[in-house]
Amino acid sequence: MMNNRETVISVRELVKKFGSFKANDRLSFDVFEGEIFGFLGANGAGKTTAIRILSGLSAPTSGSVQVAGYDAAREPEKIKKNIGYMCQKFSLYEDLTVRENIMLYGGIYGMKKKLIRERTESLLQRLNFAEYGDRLIAGLPLGFRQKLAFSVAVLHEPKIVFLDEPTGGVDPIARRQFWEMIYETAAAGITVFVTTHYMDEAEYCDRISIMNEGRIVALGTPGELKKAWNVATVEEVFVKIARPEKATL
Amino acid sequence: MRTILYLIRKEFLQIFRDKFIGKAIFAIPIVQMLILVPAVTFEIRHVRMCIIDLDRSVESGALVAQLEGSSFFRVTQATFSEKEAQEWMHRGQCDLILQIPSDFGKNVGNGVPTRLMVSANAINASHAQLSWAYVNGIIRDFNLNLLAGKAGNLSSVSPPKIEITQRYWYNETLNYKYYMLPGVLGILVTAIAFVLAGLNLVKEKESGTIEQINVTPVKKYQFMTAKIVPFLLIGLVDLALGIVIGRLVFGIPFVGSATLLFFVSFIFMIAALGLALFISTFTQTQQQFMFAGFFFMIIFMLMSGIFTPLESMPEWARNINLLNPVAYIMRINRMVMLKGSTLSDISGDIYALTAIAVVATLLAVWKYRKTA
Amino acid sequence: MKRFLGFVKKEFIHIFRDYLTMIILFGIPALLTLLFGFVITNELKDVKVAFLDLSRDEITQQLTDKISSSGFFIRSSDLNSYAEIDQVLRSNNAKAVIVFSEDFGRKLIREGKATINIITDGSEPNMATQTTSFISAIAADFNKELAGTTMSGNLLVQPEVRMIYNPTLKSQHMFVPGLITMIMILICALMTSITLTREKEFGTMEVLLVSPLKPIQIIMGKVVPYFFLSLIDALLIILLSWGVFGLAVKGSLLLLLLEVMLYIMMSLSLGILISSVAKTMQQAIFITLVGGMLPTVLLSGFIFPIESMPKVYGWISAVMPPRYFIIIIKNIMIKGTGFLFVWKETLILLFFTLLFIGLSIKKFKVRLQ
Repeated sequence: MMNNRETVISVRELVKKFGSFKANDRLSFDVFEGEIFGFLGANGAGKTTAIRILSGLSAPTSGSVQVAGYDAAREPEKIKKNIGYMCQKFSLYEDLTVRENIMLYGGIYGMKKKLIRERTESLLQRLNFAEYGDRLIAGLPLGFRQKLAFSVAVLHEPKIVFLDEPTGGVDPIARRQFWEMIYETAAAGITVFVTTHYMDEAEYCDRISIMNEGRIVALGTPGELKKAWNVATVEEVFVKIARPEKATL
Repeated sequence: MRTILYLIRKEFLQIFRDKFIGKAIFAIPIVQMLILVPAVTFEIRHVRMCIIDLDRSVESGALVAQLEGSSFFRVTQATFSEKEAQEWMHRGQCDLILQIPSDFGKNVGNGVPTRLMVSANAINASHAQLSWAYVNGIIRDFNLNLLAGKAGNLSSVSPPKIEITQRYWYNETLNYKYYMLPGVLGILVTAIAFVLAGLNLVKEKESGTIEQINVTPVKKYQFMTAKIVPFLLIGLVDLALGIVIGRLVFGIPFVGSATLLFFVSFIFMIAALGLALFISTFTQTQQQFMFAGFFFMIIFMLMSGIFTPLESMPEWARNINLLNPVAYIMRINRMVMLKGSTLSDISGDIYALTAIAVVATLLAVWKYRKTA
Repeated sequence: MKRFLGFVKKEFIHIFRDYLTMIILFGIPALLTLLFGFVITNELKDVKVAFLDLSRDEITQQLTDKISSSGFFIRSSDLNSYAEIDQVLRSNNAKAVIVFSEDFGRKLIREGKATINIITDGSEPNMATQTTSFISAIAADFNKELAGTTMSGNLLVQPEVRMIYNPTLKSQHMFVPGLITMIMILICALMTSITLTREKEFGTMEVLLVSPLKPIQIIMGKVVPYFFLSLIDALLIILLSWGVFGLAVKGSLLLLLLEVMLYIMMSLSLGILISSVAKTMQQAIFITLVGGMLPTVLLSGFIFPIESMPKVYGWISAVMPPRYFIIIIKNIMIKGTGFLFVWKETLILLFFTLLFIGLSIKKFKVRLQ
């Protein structure tokens, strides 16, 4: 089933060291076009380190990393043309308005003014926030900032969008709505690479990997993993792998 | 190219969104120019003098009258008691004490040399020396008048005399405002641009928005250019405002070419901003940048020759000044505005300034990393 | 109380961890002291002088040599015509041009009178007057030698001068007091205003306000570490000036320290007031640094004597605390006077401190509404 799809991310033996500390220890995995790939793990497992390497923000210590057809170690800038990124802080400019932020990033990615304007308006309509278009980010509620940050990340229709803990601190309803946005995006052909420590979100992904202490300890579809470990939820898979001493049979 | 424009647009939006800063960047230079320029002078005026006249003769009275007539001094007290005079100086009520001995008139009348004691508050050494020089000058005049009065007594052979005439060019009246205004203006403009640009960059680091930029295809030089251009423009506008005020309010001459001045200021601002951004790449918080920036700013400013001449500085300081952009612009400002210096007059300085600007900006771009 | 001390301790650690700021916090006073001691001076030296000798006889040569070898001036170029004067002054190749009229030597000996024109670049007035008076003095000296008489025999009134408080005419006596004044207020106000506005900007002020700490404790806790740091800074400057320049504290060291502490408290309360007005760190920095630095340096009597300024400035500087502190320091450090001479200024500083604190409390209360 998966063999017909293009590999958009290919990682082999990725190692990232900070001094003597190995944040990423020989990671190897592939991500296929159009899928929602969940990168799970506890806090401090090395997820953010890995996603920063994939998005060209950080250089790998060793290993091979190919993103959107480019080598992350040698051509990070080329990668950046083809990806979108949303970090934990949802970094939009607090002292700019919604429209101004969108216009800025649209322009940076080389979109024509007219196109930016069109997409801005349709975006605001879809999010039901048309009247807030000229409000400063500073005053807006967290849930909206999250959705806006995501929309900005995919505004230029990149090949892949990276989301680093995008649902942190947001209420469950907003989280649900956010995942709907992710589905729509994937359906449009954009690959979604999302890290999270919420194990329940794993169920929404096509394939997931679980990281623990710098290593990938599980890789596959949620169904495959649950079956392999003979549990009902991905959370239990995680508990079994990561903290075997806490597992109950 | 379009990317740079988008980034510059964002910078301007952010600057003026803060109502206070938006107004302050133009108001502060204007207000400070108006208040500070008239105050700054090394001129000696109204030095408070206390006279101890133990003689009270016609001659001593004449001397006191001559002193009183000078605009440098203001005779504020007279007493017979040395102790009282010292007490006054101690309390800061006078800065100069002149003691005339009781046989002053008698000696002068008989052609016997007589001594006067001047006590000067020398905490401000150069001020005291200047005051002393002026007192000396007045007494020399007094002496010459005495001699003229006794012309007949002198021998018929008068010694050869070298007469000295002096003219002060470019600033006939030695108006200190002409000297200080370019300096004060230069400092203000530099400080504003420096602080704004540097803080701006660090704030992006602090708030994390720089990461969002780093993950886009924006090139390093594009990002840095957008960090320089807005503040460059603001600096030049401030410069123009300052010059207009200088002309209208203080009558400062502007002998040279305005185009030349703005051209050089343009290069200078790039140098200053490049440095600000370079320093900013080393700091993590706005507070750190502010301290580091303050450190460099104050060194550059004091060493630039704003208050004291470059020639008076030791060799090693002058060498450091070869790298100090403020020293160049201080000199060039004064040269172009007051003396009408031309392009060829300042070409050496322009080359140096350009070199500094190029290096500073390259360093800033190089040090800034999009990929850690 | 225990909570408060814990809070203070946290603030201290916060500050000490920031190596860069610490280095600069102590580096600035040290560096400025040295800078002012060795670099900032009006002493005339190495001034380039050009000569337009229309006579070129033995006498003009002698006078030219005398001027060039005086140590104050450097002979930069010999001009050939009046037309060249503007160019050489404009390009800064000389700060003054000395013009010997034609037949200078002959006129001097035969007719008893000859003229030198000193044309000085007036764009730097201070240097210009010094240059002119020095050249005149050298010429007068030369004149005396030529005449072969000791002119002083003709001088009836001979003034002598005693330089009080500073017989060796060290420039440190003036700038060290001013330096302490300026640095203290700038750094204190800057540091406190930044540390308080930072909490505002990052929204952590609310967190502090709902903690068991009272608002006054929060402010005190943030300010106390800077009190000690500034005190160390002041001591550093005093020590450096003593060690490097030999400037000893003539009066009571204890009184000096008490006054310094009062001044620091005043500066810190100024910082607090600024932070109650500024909404962001950028604004705080703008107000304090860009808005405060130049007026403090120029109008407080630090470099330019207030008496030399137009009357208005007497009023303006009356509302500037640094002006009073400079007087206090000069009195205690250099004149060696006691409290009796500075009680007025001390009271005024106290008044300012209370004023700033009062205003801050008022603003703070309004904000909490």
